Amino acid sequence: MAKKILIADDEPNIVISLEFLMKREGFDVLIANDGDEAVQRIRGDRPDLVLLDVMMPKKSGFEVCQEIKSDPALADIRILMLTAKGRDTEVAKGLALGADAYMTKPFATKELVERVRELLER
Amino acid sequence: MLPGWLIVAASFSYLLVLFAVAYFGDRRADQGRSIISNAWTYALSIAVYCTAWTYFGSVGRAASGGIWFLPTYLGPTLAMSLAWLVVLKMIRIARTHRITSIADFVASRYGKSHLLGGLVTIIAVVGTVPYIALQLKAISSGYGLLVGELGALRDGEGAVDSGWWTDGTLYIALTLALFTILFGTRHLDTTERHEGMVAAIAFESVVKLLAFLAVGIYVTFVLYDGFGDLYARAVAEPDLAGVLVFDGTGSIGYGGWFAHVVLAGLAVIFLPRQFQIMVVENVNEQHLRRATWLFPAYLLAINIFVIPIALGGLLHFGRGTVDPDTFVLTLPLAHDQAALALLVFVGGLSAATGMVIVEAIALSTMVCNDLVMPMLLHVRRFGLAARRDLTGLLLGIRRGAIVVVLLLGYLYFRLAGEAYALVSIGLISFAAVAQFAPAVLGGMYWRGGTREGALAGLSAGFAVWAYTLLLPSFAKSGWLARDFLDAGPFGIGLLMPEQLFGLGGIDNVSHALFWSLLANIGCYLGVSLLRAPTGQEASQGTLFVDIFRRGESVPTSFWRAGAEVRELLPLVARFLGERRTRDAFAAYARSHGLSGIDQLKADPELVHFAETLLAGAIGSASARVMVSTVVKEEPLGLDEVMNILDEASQVRAYSHQLEEKSRALEAATAELRAANEQLKELDRLKDDFMSSVTHELRTPLTSIRALSEMMVDDPDIDIDSRQRFLGIIVSETERLSRLVNQVLDLAKIESGHAEWHNTDLDMRELVQHAVETTAQLMRDRGAIVELALPDAVPSLRADRDRLLQVVLNLLSNAAKFVPVPGGKVWVSLGCDGERIRVDVRDNGPGIPPAQQGVVFEKFRQGGDSLSRPQGTGLGLPISRQIVEHFGGRLWLESTPGEGATFSFELPLASAAADQ
Repeated sequence: MAKKILIADDEPNIVISLEFLMKREGFDVLIANDGDEAVQRIRGDRPDLVLLDVMMPKKSGFEVCQEIKSDPALADIRILMLTAKGRDTEVAKGLALGADAYMTKPFATKELVERVRELLER
Repeated sequence: MLPGWLIVAASFSYLLVLFAVAYFGDRRADQGRSIISNAWTYALSIAVYCTAWTYFGSVGRAASGGIWFLPTYLGPTLAMSLAWLVVLKMIRIARTHRITSIADFVASRYGKSHLLGGLVTIIAVVGTVPYIALQLKAISSGYGLLVGELGALRDGEGAVDSGWWTDGTLYIALTLALFTILFGTRHLDTTERHEGMVAAIAFESVVKLLAFLAVGIYVTFVLYDGFGDLYARAVAEPDLAGVLVFDGTGSIGYGGWFAHVVLAGLAVIFLPRQFQIMVVENVNEQHLRRATWLFPAYLLAINIFVIPIALGGLLHFGRGTVDPDTFVLTLPLAHDQAALALLVFVGGLSAATGMVIVEAIALSTMVCNDLVMPMLLHVRRFGLAARRDLTGLLLGIRRGAIVVVLLLGYLYFRLAGEAYALVSIGLISFAAVAQFAPAVLGGMYWRGGTREGALAGLSAGFAVWAYTLLLPSFAKSGWLARDFLDAGPFGIGLLMPEQLFGLGGIDNVSHALFWSLLANIGCYLGVSLLRAPTGQEASQGTLFVDIFRRGESVPTSFWRAGAEVRELLPLVARFLGERRTRDAFAAYARSHGLSGIDQLKADPELVHFAETLLAGAIGSASARVMVSTVVKEEPLGLDEVMNILDEASQVRAYSHQLEEKSRALEAATAELRAANEQLKELDRLKDDFMSSVTHELRTPLTSIRALSEMMVDDPDIDIDSRQRFLGIIVSETERLSRLVNQVLDLAKIESGHAEWHNTDLDMRELVQHAVETTAQLMRDRGAIVELALPDAVPSLRADRDRLLQVVLNLLSNAAKFVPVPGGKVWVSLGCDGERIRVDVRDNGPGIPPAQQGVVFEKFRQGGDSLSRPQGTGLGLPISRQIVEHFGGRLWLESTPGEGATFSFELPLASAAADQ
């Protein structure tokens, strides 16, 4: 059965490209446009992995990550954080909050796919 | 009529009560729990100003002259309003220099001069002994009235007809002398404070006030039907109506009022007893605050019933039958109110005894320290030096002085009797002590006064006073031929004592005050200016004038060299007693961190301390002479004193400079800290900006890279998707270039490097152009634009392209947010003569209040993510920068759900426009 991936980002064009990419790799794709929607989707649809943007309206990626990771029932959901802010502190913060991996935008599509597969096989 | 024994018993009982109060006060003082250390006691004791002259005489004066008795109380009331300036300074000076009388004050100020102290003492004695006689007379005639010698008093002669040994007044005088000795000279003290006496005086002030109020209330409300009734009856009698009228132009005129107010104002400060109570006996400077209103309030209270009693007496007895001075007693007596009359008598007794006691103590201190001691020092310097213990001698002198002063008073009373000299002595006394004013006030505020100046001023003032007031009063009493009064001495009219140099038309007291103060001040200033102050005078002058600047710490010492402690200590002990002296020196040693007297070093400061101690006991001038006998070197010359003073002021100046510098340093540090904070803040803002720019650049790059990579990797992607992806890539590239342009634009404007091409432009044309430019965009969104332009607006000098950019930005923002379909945009232009205003309103969703400030920040876009159109988040910040560059402002008004209005206005005359 195909793994479910949630794409949480507020930039429509990025969502379009990620959706196309993930579908081509054979995953089921869910979409959330802001932090609140992301949390709802995660709780409701139980994706296997979340591609989580940091800078989102309503709730930042950090907050979403923290909320998910503090809930034991959702502990096995993988989180891959994506951010356009490349500072080291941001990376450290994301990892400290329990994100499983962290990639900065723009990313190489192959790399992203590799990381996603890697996380899902763990 | 009352039996004599009852009155005597009542009087002695009262004196015993007084004695008990005083004893209690002294006991508490010894235990360190002073009962006089509160502002109420202090203010009440100042009311010693109100003597028997007030108590009996005010009514008499009101009966004859109406409200003409008032200046005597208005003067002090006004003077007390200055007390915080003048009296406070006197208190501080007196405490710092252990000054114990007004004679000492003057002597000390002008180089510790024996001569000056003596002169002041003589003026004070001559001026106030008759005043004491007046008090004795008041008691005596009051007694006479009570036992029924009404007729005798009316004839002007009381008990005086009989032999002196049967005269009760003599015994009154001796009793008062005894009382004064008991509480004024119990021991020698370096501060010359008498707590028990002050407590008794405050008590007396209460008694005399209550007694006077009692008789006032009795007359006003019992004999008559209140103030209104009394006044109505008085007005009905033409003879009495004058009492109620303010007759400023009458007998004395406004000048007379002024002179008398000034006179009483000076007296309340310079009368020896007032100086004693207000300055010497002051325990705490703060008490003066309450006294400045409480004492005038007291004066008001004791004067309320003066006119009613005068009217009551005149209505009852008629004019010319009973001496109005006695109304307070005769009115109750005439209505058989014996108890009230006795109470009134006790009140009068307290008014008289209070004055006599304080005056006698003040005079005895002055006589001892400034008259007798200097003489002994001169005449028997060596004999005095040989005696081991002089405390007994000092106390003896003072006690003797008290007895002599009171006996002098009695003598004057016997001699003067009812004569004019006694009746008017109150004001004559005032005029005598007013002579102290130039020397004292000048000494407190002017460094230039010299000993000779003060001597000349005091002598001249005193001489003129004697010639214009004292001698005429003798003549009017029949002791001197009246010729010189009426025709002038040797027939020289210009020298007539009461119309000196032809100055007539004013009352004799005002006349005397004018000439005596003129002579006094003239001589004081003139002679003082003849030569520069000597070292002694300069040092004392500076110490007095700058008393507040020095603070109460260690006073600058003007002794050049030290003396042996084993010489100083016995010297002081001879005047103060062994035990007190050792206590004082031990306390001094402790305050300097030494364990005992043995460790004391005899430096100039210690010598100064010893001199100050002695000054309290024997006066500053004598103290200086005594200390100089054991100090090795001569006192300093003027140069050296000036050096010390200069040094002190230099040190003060340096420390002032240091304080200034350290303040400046602190300020500079604070500025630097603030600047640093600002830099940090700017740095943080720059980081934030860079971070935002990075984010905004990476976001479009992400889509571009991802889509292109996918198309490169996968040639199988269908043509539709390819087409769509390429479209996204193109629009994201446009977004990138727009972003780069705007970031550069903003950076230029913010750093001030932007180029402005100012021309005179027509805003109508500009707005129209902008609307046309965005017409296609609006059509695409299905929005209707309504344009409201006035016929003409004044031209504006600004950069056309920049302003167009602003209007276009507002219009395209509106286009982005209007609903589709049904969008509407209103554009209007207006001018109020000073400013041009442009409004762009839309019917979009509006902006919630929390977001309204945010939309002007960089990279903060309105709207939520889904509906948000493409934008850089820099349009509004740039627009705002442009508008502000031309001195205008750009703002937003919006109610969520009802659209948003962006407005900007520009001043027609802009400072930046021509740059």
